[in-house]
Amino acid sequence: MAKLMPRRDVVIVGFGWTGAILAQELTEAGLDVLAIERGPWRDTATDFNIGYMPDELRYAIRRELFLQPSQEAITMRNDLTQTALPMRDYGSFLPGAGVGGAGVHWNGFSWRYLASDFILKTHLTQKYGAKKFDGLTIQDWGVTWDEIEHCFDKFEYVAGVSGKAGVIKGVVQPGGNPFEGSRSREYPNPPLKMPYSSSLFTKAATEYGLHPFPSPSANISRPYVNSLGVAMGECTYCGYCERFGCANYSKAAPQTTILPVLMKKDNFELRTESEVLTVNLHPDGKTAKSVTYVDTSGNEYEQPADLVIMAGYGLMNVRMMLLSRIGKPYDPNTNEGVVGRNYCYQTGGGGASMIFDDKRFNPFMGAGALSSSAHDFNSDMDHSKLDFVGGCSIGSGESNGRPIQGRPTPPGTPRWGSKWKDATAKTYGHVMSIGGSGSSYAQRGNYLDLDPTYTDNFGRPLLRITFDFPDNDIRMQNWVGEQCVKIAKTLNPKILTSGKARKGWNSVPYQTTHNTGGAIMGADPKTSAVNRYLQNWDVSNVFVMGACAFPQNSAMNPTGTVAALAYWAAEAITTRYIKNPGPLVQA
Amino acid sequence: MLDNRPLKMCRRRFLASVAALPALTGGAFAHTMPHSLPWSPFAGDPPKPINPLGWYFLTPSEVITVEAIVDRLIPADHLSPGGKDAGCAVFIDRQLAGSFGKSSHLYNKGPFLPGLPTQGYQGELTPSGRYRIGLKALEDHVRAANAGKSFAELTGEQQDAILSGLEEGKITLKLAPGFSTRQFFELLLQNTMEGFFADPLYGGNKDMASWKMIGFPGARYDYRDYVEKYNQPYPHGPVSIMSGAPGWNVKG
Repeated sequence: MAKLMPRRDVVIVGFGWTGAILAQELTEAGLDVLAIERGPWRDTATDFNIGYMPDELRYAIRRELFLQPSQEAITMRNDLTQTALPMRDYGSFLPGAGVGGAGVHWNGFSWRYLASDFILKTHLTQKYGAKKFDGLTIQDWGVTWDEIEHCFDKFEYVAGVSGKAGVIKGVVQPGGNPFEGSRSREYPNPPLKMPYSSSLFTKAATEYGLHPFPSPSANISRPYVNSLGVAMGECTYCGYCERFGCANYSKAAPQTTILPVLMKKDNFELRTESEVLTVNLHPDGKTAKSVTYVDTSGNEYEQPADLVIMAGYGLMNVRMMLLSRIGKPYDPNTNEGVVGRNYCYQTGGGGASMIFDDKRFNPFMGAGALSSSAHDFNSDMDHSKLDFVGGCSIGSGESNGRPIQGRPTPPGTPRWGSKWKDATAKTYGHVMSIGGSGSSYAQRGNYLDLDPTYTDNFGRPLLRITFDFPDNDIRMQNWVGEQCVKIAKTLNPKILTSGKARKGWNSVPYQTTHNTGGAIMGADPKTSAVNRYLQNWDVSNVFVMGACAFPQNSAMNPTGTVAALAYWAAEAITTRYIKNPGPLVQA
Repeated sequence: MLDNRPLKMCRRRFLASVAALPALTGGAFAHTMPHSLPWSPFAGDPPKPINPLGWYFLTPSEVITVEAIVDRLIPADHLSPGGKDAGCAVFIDRQLAGSFGKSSHLYNKGPFLPGLPTQGYQGELTPSGRYRIGLKALEDHVRAANAGKSFAELTGEQQDAILSGLEEGKITLKLAPGFSTRQFFELLLQNTMEGFFADPLYGGNKDMASWKMIGFPGARYDYRDYVEKYNQPYPHGPVSIMSGAPGWNVKG
C-alpha cells in the first residue's frame, strides 16, 4: 500500500534544533540526508513578520506556532493508581511544531549543565554517600564534561550566545559564573544590556554573598556572523520572544543559524507536512530498514534509509520508540526495561515576588533570556547540612510585559471589578521577582509508556505520562525559595510574596517545556535506552536526540545541553559510525 | 495615526487575499524542498481585523447578557471605558464563532471521563457549547430568583453578587457533565480579559484603552535606547498592529 521511495543514507525524523544540527553535520560528511517534518515550512520574513508578530492573543494565548493536541495529545496522571486522561489542551508544557520546532519559540537561555551533573551519581556518592539520595534513581550520563565541552562551544558559536564566561581554561573570570565547568574560550558575544530588575538583583545578590552574572542568552547582543557564515541581528528587546518567532533574526533558531546554509546543499532534502508513523525494523530487530510516513492527504510512503535519526521533541521520540518496538519498555512494577525510564521535569520553586511604590520597571522591554543569574544554590552546592540533593539556578530579569498573561496585583485583590482595575493600573510596572529554575530527579513510578485507551488520528496509542514531584525536589525548592525571600527582603519592597512548592503536578497552568528522560543515555544497557553516543543499544542504526537522553534534569534550561549532545552524537557518527556501521559501544 | 488606518487596512486586506492563493494549492500534499531556501513573495499570513458589525455566534438575548457581564467584570470608571464599550462582547462573539469556539485545535476524542483537577477540563462541550448552555442556565437561575427579571435588568450590585456567587461556588447552575459553574465563570473571565488586553484588531481593547490604562506600549519592537534608563517610565504611548508602522516612528 505504501509507496516505496528511493533509499537515502540518512533519514531524520523531526526538524527542530537537533534535526537541523544533525543534517548540517552529516551532510558536511558527505552523506545524503532527508529530513521529514510533520509541520509546515516556516521562515522569518514570512512567518515571523514584524508587521503582525507582536500579537499576544494569536501567538502566546492561542499558540499558533505550537503543536496542537488535535495533532498529537498526551495523557497524564500523577501516580500508578490513577487513570490517565488526555491533556485536551496543552498547558503545563508546550511542545513545538513545524520547521525549527521549539527552537523557534524558546526563550533563548543557553546553558551548559554543570560538570558534576554529567557524573551525578558518582559525584553525590563520593561527596555524601549513596544514602543521601535513597529513593531517587539518579544515574551518570556516560559522557563527561571534558569530552563534551567542545560540543557546547560549537553550539554557542553557531547560535551567537551572548554572555560572560566564568571559567576559561581553569581560570576564574570576573563577572562570570565561577561555578561553571572550565570552558575553552569566551562566548562569541558580550552580554545583553542589563535591565533595572537584573541590576537590583545583581546588587542584592552580591551583598548577600552570592556570585551573580549575566545569563547566557541566544537572544544576541550585537550583529553577528556565525560560524557557518549566517548573519544575525542585534536584539531589540521587543518582549515578544518565548511563544513567538523572532522577527528580527536576533534569536538563535534553526532558521537564523543553520537553514540558510543547509537548505541549499545538493545532498540535503526536507519534506514538510509529512508525519512519520513508525520506524520499521529488519526481521532480526537489530537494525532499522525504513520509516513509514503519511502526507496531509493520507497518502502513505515507505522511506528506506541506512541510518535513522529521531529528532522530534523528547517525549515524541520516546513514543516513536515504543510504537516502533525499539528497546524494551520500562515497567515500574519490576523496575526493568529502559524506554520510558527516568522521566523528569523541571522545578521552579517558590521564588519571591516584590511590589515597589518607588521603583518603575518596564517589563515590556524584555528578551527571552534577559536576566542575571546566580548559581550558588545550583545542584553542586554543599548539601551536607541539608535534607535534599539538587538545587536551583536563581535570577531576575525581564522577558516580557504582555498583559493578557502578566498583570500582577497585590495578594487579596479581587480578580475583576473596580478594585481589580485600580490595583492592576497601579501595580503594572512596579513588580520584580526572583525566580528559580530547579533540578528534577528521577524516582521509580515516574515514567512514560503508551496509553491503553486514548489514540491519535491514525489509531496509534497516545503517550502516557505518570509523574509527580519527588519529596526531595519539594524540599529543595522550598529551601531555595526561602533564600530568594531573604535576598528580596534586602531590597525593601512594599509587598513581598512567595509561593510554596507542592506535590500534585498539575497539567493545566504553564510551568516549563523542559521534559526530560524516557530514552536516557548511560553506560549500562539494563538502565539506559541509548549509549553514550545516543545510539540505541538494540537497534544500532537508530540514534535518538533530545532531552529524553538526560538521566535526570539539572537546574538549568536544557537546550544548550540538548544541542551539545546532538553535536556529540554527530561527531561519533561522522568520525566512527560511517566507517564501520554497528554498535559504537559493546553491550 | 488614526488618519492612516483606512489605508493600512486596505493594504492588509489586499495582502490577505494574495496570501490565500497559495493556501488553496498548498497543504494537501507533502512539500519537498530540495536545494534552495524556500521563498514565496507575499506569502505571509497577516491577521484579518474583525468586521465590527453584527453578531456571528451570540443570539440577541445572549448579547444583552454578555454585554452586562463584561461591563461588571470591567466596569467603566476614570481608568478606562467598561467592558462593553471596550468591545469585549464583540471579541467573545468572534472568538466563539472561530476556531477557539469550536475547539478545533484540541483533543476531542473520547471517552470523556471525569478527571482530577490536575488533568484539566475533560468535558465534551466546546467553548461555544459551554457559553450556550452556561448563559441559558444563568438566565434561568436569575429569572427564578428575581421575579422574572433577566441578568441585564438587575442593578450593578445585584449583578456583582451573582458573578461572585459563580466565582466562589455559592451558586450552582444546571450545566452539563464535566462542566462546572466555576469553570463557566473562569471561561467568561478569561475571555473577557483576553478581549480587553489583546490587540484591538480582534474587537476588544477599543482605542487601546487597557494598554493606556497600565502603560503597555503594545506592538512596539525596539527598546534598545531605553532598557538601561532605570526607574523611568517609557515616554511613548501604545501602538497596535493596525496602527502599525506610523506609530513606531514617533519620537519625543
